[in-house]
Amino acid sequence: MFSGFITSFTIILIVIFLFREGAGLFTAPNIEEGYVLALNNNNPVNKIDPEKIMDIFDAEITNWSQVGGNDAEIEVFRFSDITKYATAEELGSNFENIPEVLSNIIAAHPNIIAYFPEHYVVVDFKGRIMANGRITPASFFGGTKWYPTAQPSPQFGFLPLFFGTLWVSIAAILLTLPFGIAVAIYLAELADSRIRRILKPIIELLAGIPSVVYGFFGLVVIVPLIQKVFGLPVGETALAGAIILAIMALPTIITVAEDAIRTTPRAMKESSLALGATHWQTIRKVILPYSVSGIMAAVVLGIGRAIGETMAVLMVTGNAAVMPKSLVEPIRTIPATIAAELGEAPTGGAHYQALFMLGCILFLLTLIISISVEFIARQKHKQSI
Amino acid sequence: MINISAKNVDFYYGDFHALKNINLDIEKNSVTAFIGPSGCGKSTFLRLLNRMNDLIDGTKLVGDIVIDNENIYSRQTEVVELRKKVGMVFQKPNPFPKSIFENVAYGLRVNGIRDNKFIEHRVEESLKGAALWDEVKDKLKKSAFELSGGQQQRLCIARTMAVQPQIILMDEPASALDPISTSKVEDLIYELKKDFTIVIVTHNMQQAARVSDKTAFFYLGELIEFDKTDKIFTAPSNEATQNYVTGRFG
Amino acid sequence: MTENSKISRNKKMSQNIAFWSFRILSIAVVGILFWILGFILVNGAKVISWDFLTKVPTDGMTGGGIFPAIVGTLCLMLGSVVIAFPIGVMSGIYISEYASNNWVVKVIRIMTNNLSSVPSIVFGLFGMALFVNTLGFGDSIIAGSFTLALLVLPIVIRTTEEAMKSIPDSFRVGSLALGATKLQTIWKVLLPMAFPNIITGLILSVGRVSGETAPILFTCAAYFLPRLPTSIFDQVMVLPYHLYVIATSGTDIEAARPMAYGTALVLIGIVLIINLIANGLRRYFGNKVKTS
Repeated sequence: MFSGFITSFTIILIVIFLFREGAGLFTAPNIEEGYVLALNNNNPVNKIDPEKIMDIFDAEITNWSQVGGNDAEIEVFRFSDITKYATAEELGSNFENIPEVLSNIIAAHPNIIAYFPEHYVVVDFKGRIMANGRITPASFFGGTKWYPTAQPSPQFGFLPLFFGTLWVSIAAILLTLPFGIAVAIYLAELADSRIRRILKPIIELLAGIPSVVYGFFGLVVIVPLIQKVFGLPVGETALAGAIILAIMALPTIITVAEDAIRTTPRAMKESSLALGATHWQTIRKVILPYSVSGIMAAVVLGIGRAIGETMAVLMVTGNAAVMPKSLVEPIRTIPATIAAELGEAPTGGAHYQALFMLGCILFLLTLIISISVEFIARQKHKQSI
Repeated sequence: MINISAKNVDFYYGDFHALKNINLDIEKNSVTAFIGPSGCGKSTFLRLLNRMNDLIDGTKLVGDIVIDNENIYSRQTEVVELRKKVGMVFQKPNPFPKSIFENVAYGLRVNGIRDNKFIEHRVEESLKGAALWDEVKDKLKKSAFELSGGQQQRLCIARTMAVQPQIILMDEPASALDPISTSKVEDLIYELKKDFTIVIVTHNMQQAARVSDKTAFFYLGELIEFDKTDKIFTAPSNEATQNYVTGRFG
Repeated sequence: MTENSKISRNKKMSQNIAFWSFRILSIAVVGILFWILGFILVNGAKVISWDFLTKVPTDGMTGGGIFPAIVGTLCLMLGSVVIAFPIGVMSGIYISEYASNNWVVKVIRIMTNNLSSVPSIVFGLFGMALFVNTLGFGDSIIAGSFTLALLVLPIVIRTTEEAMKSIPDSFRVGSLALGATKLQTIWKVLLPMAFPNIITGLILSVGRVSGETAPILFTCAAYFLPRLPTSIFDQVMVLPYHLYVIATSGTDIEAARPMAYGTALVLIGIVLIINLIANGLRRYFGNKVKTS
C-alpha cells in the first residue's frame, strides 16, 4: 500500500524540504548577518533601500542627497579601512580599542557610512546604528538585481533569472519546433516502416545523451561558432543555450507530436483523401487540426524540459544575471544559478536560502507545466472550427 | 451504360491473396450491393475503386479496373482527380474537427474553389440533398461533433455529394447507426440513385434487398454470384449464395 | 490548360514542396546527431586507451586517466538501482494489481508523472537538504544513490506497471483457480512473466543515472579525488561531473581538452551500450516497453 504512494510521498517531502529551507529567506536581514551599518548622529537619513546601499558601496551613489540626505559627499567606510583612520597604537596591541576607535571615527565624520561586525558596537556608541530591514518577498520577486555576494547588502532579485530562463527556453522551442513537427509528420505520415525502424532508435539515442555531453559539445563547437558568426567578444550567449536546448528538446517534441498525429483516426484521413484532397492537404487541414492538442502538449512539455535543464545551459550561456535584451548576450537561468552557486553559499545563510527559494519556484513552474500538459492533452476533440 | 468495369482483378496483401479473378460490370445510376461474410474481400474490392488501398503498404493489384473508359490503375491516372469522381462514405461517421459548414465545404476548398457564394450555394444544396438541411441550417457554424451519429453520417454523405462525384462508394454506411437513422440513410440512398452510381457494402441482408438493384456475393476472395437483387435473394443459382442469404452461415 | 488541371498542378506542387522540406528537416536532425556523435568520437578516440580507463588523473587533471570517475559512476548506478528497484517494482505491482479504486490510481499516476517532470537540479537540492544535511549522510555515495534513485523511480514504476498490465488476465484467473493466493500468483506467475520488461526498464534507468550531473553536484560528487571509495559514506568522482569540471573549471582548460573528449566518449559509450542492450532485450522478448 505504502509503495503505491511512494511518488506522492516523495513529492510531499520535496515540497516540505525545499520550502522549509527557502522560506527562511524572508526572515533573513537584508544586511549580511552579524554586521551593522552605522551613520553619524547628525545625518538626517533614516532608512536606505538595500539596493541603494549596494550602489553606495559600489560608488554608484556618491552624494547623500541621492538617498534623501544633505548635499554632501558620502564617505564609505568598510571595516578593513580602519587602519587608514587609526594607527596601530590607537587600536591597541590586542586590538582591544577597536570598538571605541570605531565609535570615535563615526562621531568625527558627519558624512560617513560605516560597515563593520556587530560585536564591535559599544554600549555608549556615539553613532547611530541603522535599523535592519528584512529581505521582503517584494524585493525577491520584483527585484531586477541578483548580486548574492554583494556586501554589505546582497541583492536577491529573481526577475533576471526568471526572464533569462524563459528567454532561452522559448527561443529553444521556437528553434526546435519546425524540426520537431517536420520529423513527427515525416515519421507518422511519410516514412515507410524501414526508415522508421532506423530513425526511431536514433531519436531515442539523442534523448539518451547526457546533458553534460551536450553542454560540452556546445562549449567547444557552438560557442566558438556563434562568436565567429556574430563577431562577439564571447560566444557564451543565450543563443548558444537556445541551440543546445533545442537539440535536447527534439526527442521529446518528436515523440509526443508523432504519437498525437498517429491518434488521428484512419477513417478521417481516408475520407479527406476520398474527397480529392492531396496527402499534404489532408495533413494540413485534417490531421494537424485534429492532433493540435497533442502537439501543444508536446510544445509545453518541451518548454518544461528546457526550463529545468541545468548542466548544458550552465556551460554555454555565460551566466550573467542580467535582464535579457538580446539573444547574443550572456544570460543566466534559474537552474544554472542553483548549480553554480550552491556549492559556495554557506549552509543556512540568506544566499543558501535564496537558492532553495529558486528551487521552489522551479519546482512550482514545472509542476504547473506538467499539470497543464495533462489538461491540454485531455482537451482533445472538444475544440473545433 | 457501363460505368465501372473490373476485368480479371487479383489483389494481394503481402502474401495473402485477398481477391481472386474478379470480373464485374456496374451500370450507371444504379445501386449495387456487395454482400458476404467478414473477410470475404467485399470491402477490399470497394476500396480498389477509388484506390484507397494505395495507402496500405505491401499491396499488389493485377488486372484492370476501368471507370468511364479510363483504366484507373494506369500510370497517367491522377489519384486525386479519380477520388473527386469516385466519392466514399465510411462505416463510422467521421466528420472533420471543423464546423458543419466547413465539413461540407472541405472538398470544394481543397479543390481550389474560392468563390464563397458558390460554396455557400453548394453546401446548402448538398445538405438538402442529404436531407439534413432542415436540421442544421441554424447551426452551420457549430462543431460537427455536436450532431448525433445519424446526422453525422448524413453530413458525411453531404460532404461527399458536394464534390459532385459520379460514383459514391459506401462502406457499411449504416452499421454504426440506430434503426431510425438507418432508415433515413436508406431512403437517402434510394433518392441518390437519380444522380449517382452507388456501390454499397453491407452486412445487412434486408438492407441490400431494400436499396439495391443488383447484388454481388463475395466469398473467400471470390465473386460467387452477381445478379439482379431479387434473383439473388429469391432464386440464387449458387448454393453458397443460397446458404448465405438464408442465414445458414455468415 | 484548363482551370482544373492548373489547380491540380498547384496542389501537387505545394505537396512536393512541403514533403521535401519535411524530408530535408528530418535529414538535418539525423545529421545533427551524427555531427555530435562523430565529433566526440573522432576527438575522443585519440585519447581512449587502456591507461586512460584504468589510471587516476594526474597533472591537475590534464593527464592520466579517469578510473576513479568510472568506478564512482558504477557505484552510483548500482546504488541507485538497489534502492529504486524494490520500491519501484512494488509500487508498479501495487498500481496494476491491487489499487482497484480508479481515483487512487489517478492520483498515483498524476504524482508519478509530476515526479518525472521535476528538474534534476531540484532533486539535487532536495537530496542535499534531506540526505546530506538532515539525515547526516554527508556528501557520499549513499546520499547520491538515494537522490538518483528518486529521480529514476518513475521510470521503474511505469515500466513495471506496463509489464504487469501486458500479461493477459487469463493467467491470473488460471492461477487463482488452482487455489493460489493473490500474492503467490504475483510472485510465481506474473513476476516471472513480466521480468524481462521490468529489467529493460531498469537498464534504461541505469542509463539515465550514468549521465545525470545536477542531482549529484551537492550530494556526492568530488571535484578531484585520485583514489577509490572505501565505504558508502565516501565522496566519489563521477564521469559527468568530471567532464563538467575539466571542461569549465580545471586548472588548465586547454590542456585538459583531450581528457574531456575522452570522458565524453566514455559517457556516450555507456549510453550507447545501454541503449543497445535495452533494444536487444526488447526485441528478444518481443514486447515493447515505453520509455518516455
